[in-house]
Amino acid sequence: MKPLIRSIAVGAALFAVGAVMLERAKAGSDEFFPPVTDPLTRQECGSCHMAFPAGLLPARSWQKMMGELDNHFGDDASVDAATARQITTYLVAHAADSAGHGDMRRWLRRVPASAAPQRITELPKWVREHREVSPREWTRKEIASKVNCVACHVDAERGYFEDD
Amino acid sequence: MQTLSRFMFLAALTVMSVAQAAPRDDILAAYAAQAKAGDAAFAGVSAVRGEALHRDRHAGGKADSPSCTSCHGENTRAAGRTPVGKTIDPVAVSVAPTRYTDAAKVEKWFRRNCREVLGRECSAREKGDWLAFMITQ
Repeated sequence: MKPLIRSIAVGAALFAVGAVMLERAKAGSDEFFPPVTDPLTRQECGSCHMAFPAGLLPARSWQKMMGELDNHFGDDASVDAATARQITTYLVAHAADSAGHGDMRRWLRRVPASAAPQRITELPKWVREHREVSPREWTRKEIASKVNCVACHVDAERGYFEDD
Repeated sequence: MQTLSRFMFLAALTVMSVAQAAPRDDILAAYAAQAKAGDAAFAGVSAVRGEALHRDRHAGGKADSPSCTSCHGENTRAAGRTPVGKTIDPVAVSVAPTRYTDAAKVEKWFRRNCREVLGRECSAREKGDWLAFMITQ
């Protein structure tokens, strides 16, 4: 009986270690960005385009964006003040440079601390990661726009942006 | 027994769709009342006018969205697509029975989309007409 309990304990411990390592691997890779978990943020930011993971931009970028929603890349995406506050709080707390996302700092490489970039697709790292995509491919009808991550990254909604 | 459970199921479905129709009817009634308050000659919302508003090409809005159908598509019962490629659920009530049941959400999208398509906010009459059209769809 005792050996059985011991092997169960060892198995559970190994499983736990494996799970932790897997999480670390995901967080440390350029291909996993935790998806938005706040339902309000997911709904409001995900109506016209995918609700982009907060870890794709630094906090200062989200703050600037949330203050200019009436002209959101040329569109009116304004929300009421209480909604804007809640969304901003979530995005800032989960931004690329937030406390819990130390590994995401690599994503912001070569982004000046004084800049608050607004377009994810203009981050040096994003441009670098997509350099092998030809201009002709971007114009494919199913893609529509560089903002349409899921056209190529089929699991983007779940946070996975591996090469497809 | 099977007949009874089928009856119960259908009854439940009916109650559910009635429950969703009520807030939508309230929203429609509020737009009609607002239109009437602004124009004594207003004789009620019109699904026919609403369909024209939905399908016509308008000037004044953005070049890539001259019509509601630019994003929502010609078929109200089929999915639409935003300019950046995200799918939009169909707008017809028959296939999207939970739509237009939250007044604040309805207002938010009229405000945004009328500006995109018409270059201005829609009047209460236009909103009522458009909603009346979608209810027939």
